[in-house]
Amino acid sequence: MRPFTYLRAPDVATAVRAISAEPGAKFIGGGTNLVDLLREDIEQPGTVIDITGLPLTGVEELPDGGIRIGALVRNSHLAAHRLVTTRYPMLSQAILSGASPQLRNMATTGGNLLQRTRCLYFYDGAAACNKREPGSGCDAIGGFNRQHGVLGVSDDCLATHPSDMCVALAALDATVETRSEHGVRRIPLVDLHRLPGTTPHRETVLAADELITAIELPPPPSGAVSRYRKVRDRASYAFALVSVAAVLKVRDGSVSTVRLALGGVAPKPWRAYAAERALLAAPATEESFTRAAEAELTAATARPGNAFKIELARRTIVATLRDLLAEGSAA
Amino acid sequence: MTDVQTRELPAGRTTGRNVGRPIDRVDGTAKTTGAARYAAEYPYPGLTHAALVHATISRGRITSVDTAEAAAVPGVLAVITHLNAPAMKPPPPVSPLNLSTLVSGTTVNYLNTDEVHWDGQPVGVVVAETREAALRAAALVRVGYRELPATVDFAAGQGDARPEKSSPIQPGAVAKGDAAAAIAAAAVSVDVRYTTPPHHHNAIEPHATTAVWDGDRLTVHEGSQSIAWMRSHLALRFGVPAAGVRVISPYVGGAFGGKGMVWAGTVLTVLAARVTGRPVRLALTREGVYRTVGGRTPSAQRVALGASADGALTGLIHTSVTRTGRVGGMPEQVTSASRHLYDVPNITLQQATVPLDLLSNTAMRAPGESIGTFALEAAIDELACELDMDPILLRMRNEPARDPVDGKRFAHRMLREAYALGAERFGWPERTPRPGSMRDGKWLVGMGVATAYHPSWQFSANVTVRLAADGTVVVRCGFHEMGMGGATAQAQIAADALGVPFEAVRVEYGDSDLPTGPAAGGSAQTASVAAGLLAACEKLKRSVLALARRSGDSPLRGRRPHDLQARDGGLWAGASGPGETYAAILGRAGRASVEARVGSDTRAGEILGQAKFIAKFLRDRRRWVKAACGAQFCEVRVDSDTGEVRVSRWVGSFDVGTVINAKTTAGQLRGGIVMGIGMALSEETLLDPRTGRIMNPNLAEYHVPVHADIPPIDVHYLNEPDPTMPLGLIGVGEVSITGVAAAISNAVYHATGKRVRDLPITLDKLL
Repeated sequence: MRPFTYLRAPDVATAVRAISAEPGAKFIGGGTNLVDLLREDIEQPGTVIDITGLPLTGVEELPDGGIRIGALVRNSHLAAHRLVTTRYPMLSQAILSGASPQLRNMATTGGNLLQRTRCLYFYDGAAACNKREPGSGCDAIGGFNRQHGVLGVSDDCLATHPSDMCVALAALDATVETRSEHGVRRIPLVDLHRLPGTTPHRETVLAADELITAIELPPPPSGAVSRYRKVRDRASYAFALVSVAAVLKVRDGSVSTVRLALGGVAPKPWRAYAAERALLAAPATEESFTRAAEAELTAATARPGNAFKIELARRTIVATLRDLLAEGSAA
Repeated sequence: MTDVQTRELPAGRTTGRNVGRPIDRVDGTAKTTGAARYAAEYPYPGLTHAALVHATISRGRITSVDTAEAAAVPGVLAVITHLNAPAMKPPPPVSPLNLSTLVSGTTVNYLNTDEVHWDGQPVGVVVAETREAALRAAALVRVGYRELPATVDFAAGQGDARPEKSSPIQPGAVAKGDAAAAIAAAAVSVDVRYTTPPHHHNAIEPHATTAVWDGDRLTVHEGSQSIAWMRSHLALRFGVPAAGVRVISPYVGGAFGGKGMVWAGTVLTVLAARVTGRPVRLALTREGVYRTVGGRTPSAQRVALGASADGALTGLIHTSVTRTGRVGGMPEQVTSASRHLYDVPNITLQQATVPLDLLSNTAMRAPGESIGTFALEAAIDELACELDMDPILLRMRNEPARDPVDGKRFAHRMLREAYALGAERFGWPERTPRPGSMRDGKWLVGMGVATAYHPSWQFSANVTVRLAADGTVVVRCGFHEMGMGGATAQAQIAADALGVPFEAVRVEYGDSDLPTGPAAGGSAQTASVAAGLLAACEKLKRSVLALARRSGDSPLRGRRPHDLQARDGGLWAGASGPGETYAAILGRAGRASVEARVGSDTRAGEILGQAKFIAKFLRDRRRWVKAACGAQFCEVRVDSDTGEVRVSRWVGSFDVGTVINAKTTAGQLRGGIVMGIGMALSEETLLDPRTGRIMNPNLAEYHVPVHADIPPIDVHYLNEPDPTMPLGLIGVGEVSITGVAAAISNAVYHATGKRVRDLPITLDKLL
């Protein structure tokens, strides 16, 4: 770890001003990812600005029935919050399927959005990685890429976004609110992360001086059921091989509302629009679910290590929708 | 919590049998309250901290080293590389006359060479006032290399494997009859290949060393499985008398074989302390452990079996390829269990190894048997399916009366009883044989079974026992406590042997200044120390009796040792005869204590002890086949959509001889099963075949099982003594990991109809 200057920001305006003044500075919230990256010398900020003292820790109900989540709400707090467990149980499931209780106690909502990939080569300073060192190459191509993406990846980077929470947020139409010296900005969560293309080191649309202040969720679709399903190599404390966040409402045997997002398969929380289009107004049957999954996955590209993810994603989408159909019918 | 452990004085207290009782471990309170001090926690005035610089190539020579930036980091005291390191003696070649030569992790003379032999080899060590400064500076040491061609890919290198030579300890091959012909002619046969990946131990305590020189005297704190050998090794490397070297190791935070050898970190900490003249602590990062401490070799195995239509085995072939480093490591006895498990007239076993440009492999819990039983016991299950026969019935049909290879007697073998007990506890008869026939909703349910087998070993141990006039007892032996409860078990044994309460016994261990104990390996420590301890207790009682007989007043006057019972804090003639307490005997004789000793720590005594040990070992080997065995039963549930495997139930039924402590034995047996579940379902060291570099050197990406992966584990043991072992006990450290992966693989087949012959059984292999 390199020595760095540590600042503690008392309020949002100071935090934003401090980061504008210090190119290369980083905000630190829970630090559950940043501290690891500092130790590995992957992140090398000259200044770290501690924002845990900012008043962004509330979960509030919005007039329209949605909620507003402060960027510094801890993951465990959010997962257990009554507004979340009652209105957005899928978000709670997604958070609780990630990391460990100790990490969730530390990790913040804003920080969760900005987690960096768990690609083995990204983490190893001796390996080539275009994300860590632009232009150096990608050792994951031709190396271990079992964890890697099959949607939205490029020939320069196969890395996946590791968050579970973000997958649920993508399916819930979340909006991210930021502050900078230029003011307030609202970004749909699905537009927050970039695809790698030829610049995998640029992971989000955020400017260097932008601070995430809140996440807002619109009211949940009435009468819909939802679920987060995570598939991984052990029962807990492993990143998703494939995950599915799904919201479903069926009326008269046809899909009237559907929202679907995938994790573990793409460089960003992947909203499965093609699958949603295929499902909307279609009969709520296993055949429709399969067709929808295939519609989404036709664009998938695989490497030898991760080819199974296409089939696994197909099966997990279908199984999740099947379960939701049964749950909705029972209700 | 401020609980202070107190020991009641035994005066007048009735004693009873302690062996077998579920006594809490004596170090439990210290460990759970944090009072236990591990190697990286010893404070010294002026303590400094070290960090390693690791090579990032697999083979080559160092062409340049730039330490300027590292040396400029505030707090850095020394940057030691091959350019400025003092000379050390090279690791000694392995010699049967000096077993401590077995303890070199590699043959590399660290920092005394410009050669690089594996990716991760230490090429520098930085010493600084703080650990943070040392780690920062180590990252700033720039090393240039001239790379040489390296062979690192096990899959590609198997063609170069050489058949392993046999030794008196480990046969590398067995040829009995004509197995190939028997299998070719058999009514039913299977011929299958299995692979297992590299594994790492991942003890909860990463390796750490604290080293302090005082002139030519050296003190080393390190969690070790072999403190006596470590002492000899360090004395030799640094050219100082072994008597001046002390290795202190009261607590070892898990080891599993990973702390059996002396690895680079230990040697370089001692070197760094020599160079700086300051106490040095090196606490390896988890990555540092992966890069400098060997792990389990991968394997490729073939098992072919032939049987008559009624299930009588006619031929068995089991061959294996494993790897070593070019700079060290050992062949694994992969086919070991195949020598002893089935009554087959024709057996061909052959182990082969290929050396690669990688760090030496090393022992990891049941080396050989853990991966070998996976292949053998999965193949037996495949044969049972071909025969349409219950897999337990097939095993019992071929259970041998004598060793199948050489006809030696089994010292003890109750595998039939273990299966009967396990099958009843598990409910095996409720299993319907057809694969996929036990579905529960979306879950495909499967039940599997496999045999566990691990040879039983015994080494020599020097032990002293001192009995004080107040009736307290001190047992001293430099053995190792890696969490298995060794001190507790030996206190139970001593209490019974001397007839004193358990609380009256204190056991000193984990210090090379104590009488030399055995290395903790091969599940042999408890039996090895027990043998020395029992002999010392006998000597002690004779000494006490001799004291008593000198007095005209003693009721023991005229009694002979074999007339007496040790109980109630003294010696008594039979269950109701006359006798007196130790306190009375010692008090009358005016003695504060009496001591007895087994074995000698002088050089001559050591050589004699070693010669005696080897003679006994070979004699025993000629007479008996000794082993622990058992039956592993499991139920798995496989998600029919995703292929996720969850182990839902486990019953392990073991024949491990006399159980000394019911609680710690059950813990050991459960721990082995947990480790086996990891091996079966998730553990794999990812070594990039292009570079030889380990890519998942951390607990986030090397998947040991988490709590949620482990079902309730029901362990049973028969508790029948092995008549050839001290107190009839057989070691329990390793047997329970064997057979686990096969039982799971067999259960997964039963659930899904798919054979996964390549560990770990990850879900992608079941889609």
